[in-house]
Amino acid sequence: MMDYTTFLQIFDSSLRLATPLLLACLAGLFSERSGVFDIGLEGKMLAAAFFSAAFAYVSGSVWMGLAAGCAASMVLALIHGLASITFRGNQLISGVAINFLAAGLTVLIAQNWFGQGGRTPALVGAARFQPVQLPFAEALGQIPVLGPLYSQVLSGHTALVYVALLAVPASWYVLFRTRFGLRLRAVGENPAAVDTAGVSVTGLRFAAVLICGLLCGLAGAYLSTGLSANFVKDMSAGRGFIALAALIFAKWRPWQALGACVLFGLLEALGNRYQNLQIAGMDVPVQLMQALPYVLTVVILAGFVGKAIPPRAGGEPYVKER
Amino acid sequence: MDAMPKWVDLALIPLINLALALLVSGLVVLWIGENPVEALKILVQGSVGSAYGWGYTLYYATNFIFTGLAVAVAFHARLFNIGGEGQAALGGLGVALVCIAVPWPHWALALPVAVVAGALFGAAWAAIPAWLQARRGSHIVITTIMFNFIASAILVYLLVGPLKAPGMAPETAAFPPGAALPTAHDIVPWLGFRPSAPLNISFLLALAACVGVWALIWRTRLGYEIRAYGHSEDAAVYAGIHPTRIIMAAMLISGALAGLMAVNAVMGEAERLVIDSVQGAGFVGIAVALMGRSHPFGVFLAALLFGMLYQGGAELEFEIPAISREMIVVIQALVILFTGALDNMVRMPVARFFAARKRAAA
Repeated sequence: MMDYTTFLQIFDSSLRLATPLLLACLAGLFSERSGVFDIGLEGKMLAAAFFSAAFAYVSGSVWMGLAAGCAASMVLALIHGLASITFRGNQLISGVAINFLAAGLTVLIAQNWFGQGGRTPALVGAARFQPVQLPFAEALGQIPVLGPLYSQVLSGHTALVYVALLAVPASWYVLFRTRFGLRLRAVGENPAAVDTAGVSVTGLRFAAVLICGLLCGLAGAYLSTGLSANFVKDMSAGRGFIALAALIFAKWRPWQALGACVLFGLLEALGNRYQNLQIAGMDVPVQLMQALPYVLTVVILAGFVGKAIPPRAGGEPYVKER
Repeated sequence: MDAMPKWVDLALIPLINLALALLVSGLVVLWIGENPVEALKILVQGSVGSAYGWGYTLYYATNFIFTGLAVAVAFHARLFNIGGEGQAALGGLGVALVCIAVPWPHWALALPVAVVAGALFGAAWAAIPAWLQARRGSHIVITTIMFNFIASAILVYLLVGPLKAPGMAPETAAFPPGAALPTAHDIVPWLGFRPSAPLNISFLLALAACVGVWALIWRTRLGYEIRAYGHSEDAAVYAGIHPTRIIMAAMLISGALAGLMAVNAVMGEAERLVIDSVQGAGFVGIAVALMGRSHPFGVFLAALLFGMLYQGGAELEFEIPAISREMIVVIQALVILFTGALDNMVRMPVARFFAARKRAAA
């Protein structure tokens, strides 16, 4: 059995690895709750990761980078909105296109701007997110058992980790306690009813898609300026799809999304730390750990362990009756 | 919509979509400070300007015909099989297993067995998402995406573990010489193909698959049922068509076609199983099926175009290093965007134009 220090380290890195998943998962939550499926989370994250790193490097300010990353992600979100809301195209196909667009353009532009084989130069100092010490971390760290949990696991992350954690209650509040959230959920279940009530379906869905773009932007910026210190080709590495898996795993609910993302973050952290894990005398290959989020999602989707039912109008373009 | 002549739907709109995609691609090239006309010239010259180019262009096209047909067959049943990548990877496993297991005396014996193995493994990998869609209502797009990742994990596990040949690289042992498929150089040496050209006899298999899919979709009862189900599930059920049967049949055929890609890429070219033998061809299949309007002949043309893009793109990177290989991915993305997602952007004004003309004539 692992000792307490190892446990703390693994939990600490789980939280860091869960952050981009969580931000992207909440992004998908807004989009899909409004009835717009989004398998382009991956592409938006990747685009944001590149533009964040590029602008942070050029300006020397991570905040400029963050703004550029969010802007890039929101432009892709607008394309998705244009295709799937305005022109009533296939939302899944649009998502696929956006993933490829980001995969290609980021490397193409990176090569053009920096000439380093599709990566950005390393970010140093203010061009990166620096760890934030939570108040009283030193003092509370002295408390046995619980103290280190606060000072080592919860404290000392970069700002976006806390943004991600705060985004969970914020998303819950917006979606379940505001009029905007009620309408947004309604438009994902029964757009015709919302339309009859005199509220713009198009407007609501565009708002949801843009929030999705913003959150994906944060997720991508975190990848290249928080988790690592530059952009490299395909650095999102399927995280957008794991986030999608987490969203289904959480059955399109914010608090459960937090749980799913921390679980998937934990799996990644364990896979990084142990190349071969021994559980009950059996060798568990690292590839199994990597595949587990996907396997779990399929099991959940299959409805053998609690059925995941997507928003009813998801994937359907809304056609106003004439 | 009825006002539109058939040629507008089948030819004009796809061509406008393609032109828009290429136009935006040209703008991207312009933006990174290169000459798009020059780039296009190199691309065409590099892909179809010589026997050397054709040897690669048609090789890539063979892959894309298989994956494109796979997506197209599923599209006819209104199923979006995004799992071609995983199904082709598993097909590669099937092909590799039979090629290694037997010391094949001649390719003519090895080929049919490899075809069956590739198709079976590909179909098996599509079977679970298909069954979950049919019986449990799990969205096939999500499950096939998940299965792509699971397939990739399985293949990495096998290639760094049980199937790994001695040496550094994570790959299987080379296949026996008797399993080597005849290349274009062997079959038609007078056309000037080099011995190194990867184009092989699988190209003919791909053409046969096009004819087979055409016959299946438009000349058989099953094809009729697949199309009926794709047009209207309710009407199909009312007509006594069993949804589970159609979903399973369409997806198994789709997975088998994706798996067949491995006969070309794994058996015909690499002659061993390497990590990521599919190299994105499963996803190119989506673009190919969309452009080809899910018709085998359209798929053939679109696969040829993407074969040109892949081979020409490699030449382009060689000639103009500023335009890296990723330009192909961008063009591919734009083709998917304009022919798939933004189709209505072109279709609606064109339909209005023809409707107005018809009214004026009447």
